Amino acid sequence: MTRTDMTRVDGTRRGQNRSGVTRRPQRRRRVGRGLQYLALSAYLVFLAFPLVWLVSTSFKPPPELVRLHPTLIPDNPTLGNFVQAFTEQELGRAAWNSIQVSLASALLTVLIATPASYALARFRTRLGTVALGWVLLSQLFPFVLLIIPIFLVLRQAGLANTHAGLVLIYVVWALPFALWMLQGFVRNIPRELEEAASVDGANRLQTLRRVIFPLLTPGLVATALFAFISAWNEFFFALVLIKTPELATLPVALARFVGIEGTARLGPLAAGSLLATIPSLVFFAVMQRRLASGSLAGAVKG
Amino acid sequence: MTTLTGRPDVERSAPDSRSRRRRSDRTTVYLLLLPSLLPVLVLSVFPLLRGIYLGFTDARAGRNVEVSFTGLANYQELLGDSLFWSSFRIGLLWAFAVTVLQFLLALGLALLLDQRLRFRGVARVLAVVPWAMPPVVVGILWRLVYHPDAGLLNEFLHRIGADGLRTTWLGDFNTALPAVIIVGVWAGMPQTTVVLLAGLQGVPRELHEAAAMDGANAWQRFRSVTLPSLMPVIVAITSLDFIWNFNSFGLVYVLTAGGPGGRTMLPMLFAYEEAFRYGNYGYAAALGNVMVVIVVALLAVYVRRRLREAN
Repeated sequence: MTRTDMTRVDGTRRGQNRSGVTRRPQRRRRVGRGLQYLALSAYLVFLAFPLVWLVSTSFKPPPELVRLHPTLIPDNPTLGNFVQAFTEQELGRAAWNSIQVSLASALLTVLIATPASYALARFRTRLGTVALGWVLLSQLFPFVLLIIPIFLVLRQAGLANTHAGLVLIYVVWALPFALWMLQGFVRNIPRELEEAASVDGANRLQTLRRVIFPLLTPGLVATALFAFISAWNEFFFALVLIKTPELATLPVALARFVGIEGTARLGPLAAGSLLATIPSLVFFAVMQRRLASGSLAGAVKG
Repeated sequence: MTTLTGRPDVERSAPDSRSRRRRSDRTTVYLLLLPSLLPVLVLSVFPLLRGIYLGFTDARAGRNVEVSFTGLANYQELLGDSLFWSSFRIGLLWAFAVTVLQFLLALGLALLLDQRLRFRGVARVLAVVPWAMPPVVVGILWRLVYHPDAGLLNEFLHRIGADGLRTTWLGDFNTALPAVIIVGVWAGMPQTTVVLLAGLQGVPRELHEAAAMDGANAWQRFRSVTLPSLMPVIVAITSLDFIWNFNSFGLVYVLTAGGPGGRTMLPMLFAYEEAFRYGNYGYAAALGNVMVVIVVALLAVYVRRRLREAN
């Protein structure tokens, strides 16, 4: 599948040419449509209800949380859980840790992936194949195989139990996919543009700065967002590598919170979880179109 | 970056200048790749090889512990470890069930989203949201749904008068694994749906029209047009899903931490406990090695069979 095919993912195309090619009995068609709507609503219920429940729980005051038969819509919605999540349970500090770690991972990933992706897209090199092969291969191996030696390497470098160590791991972890994404974006920039620029007398650096970078900005943003989110959501490495509770990232802090849950604690837990989801939601909203085209084309066609 | 200023557009006809140019190209490529390559080598390739090696040693936690090569001793021990076998059985059951259900449900949803239905926009957004959630949050979310007292599921059963079915979903020996599998499906379905949807939209519409002209009904068109052109995408995404599911950790760690009584003790959880609770690094790495071998073997069989069918 080429990238031009994939950009039509918004789905308008297919609906438009569905008309009139087949003419089937109206009644059968209407029954079919009815069944389709039934199936779609079943999916919507399955997908949406757990989310609705999370939102609902996060707005419930304590008496409603411990009520024998809880309601779907809180009777007296409150923001208290959100306040409590951040003040009492120190999720606030964990969130701040997560923001720092994720931002650093995103910047560093883009910084080192950009030159490499340009090389992979523009020059034929065996290293490109090797790198992309590594993307797939690395998926195969369970983290257990990696984590122990990584832990030992980081300890040797004095980076165990630090945010810097965690950032390094996240960069390496996001890098293969980031490279894959970015080199796709570079490939999409017609080579002719570079050639035209060089005919006009621009040297390579000028061509990069004036032609490639402006066109690559969406790709850079997408890659940075991807790296940010994969760091923001990551749990296993953070759980193993960070021992000091004050340095814990948000997922680890939330998971620890689960351990001490009483029914009344569910409210702040739900509130914290909801807030932890916001960055990813923003990312997905921004990327909705591209998720299917750019990044996933990479994942699928690997 | 300074090498970039070397002019690439020098096209003097002499052959030696071209080969010099190629050499400078190669230097450029290496310089561009180096910042990415180095961290990957140090923090990914090397640890991986080291990890594989650790599986053949008696490495343990602690600073100055002597590590010696023990060959296959870890694997012999694994063979006799009933906890390992039960964890492995659970892991395979989980990975197969989640992958298959994920695929079937995702295919259905993708086909629906590919139609011109109302609420399609809402469905598309909702279909992606679970994917956007951190695994830990998905775990917490479903703990709330399964919560014995304050949970959505038990309350729903009460409302429809099925109080007899109320149970502690994640704490009951019989329901824990199925309950966890449903969460796995919920969490992984969106990505599979989006990939399949993209695949569906790449199916040449001329083929569909031609088949319809020839009088093929919807099911026939699906079987003979959609499915074959979708097959590469299906093989790719189900393979990836299987690997991801077999290696998954965070979701079940938050949901049950392997309980009750080890009923949801996926291999990764088992390995995690071995490594970081008991400090048996070598043994845990051996377990990781076995997981890789099993996954590769299963995937090889699967992909080969699909390829043969395609020819």
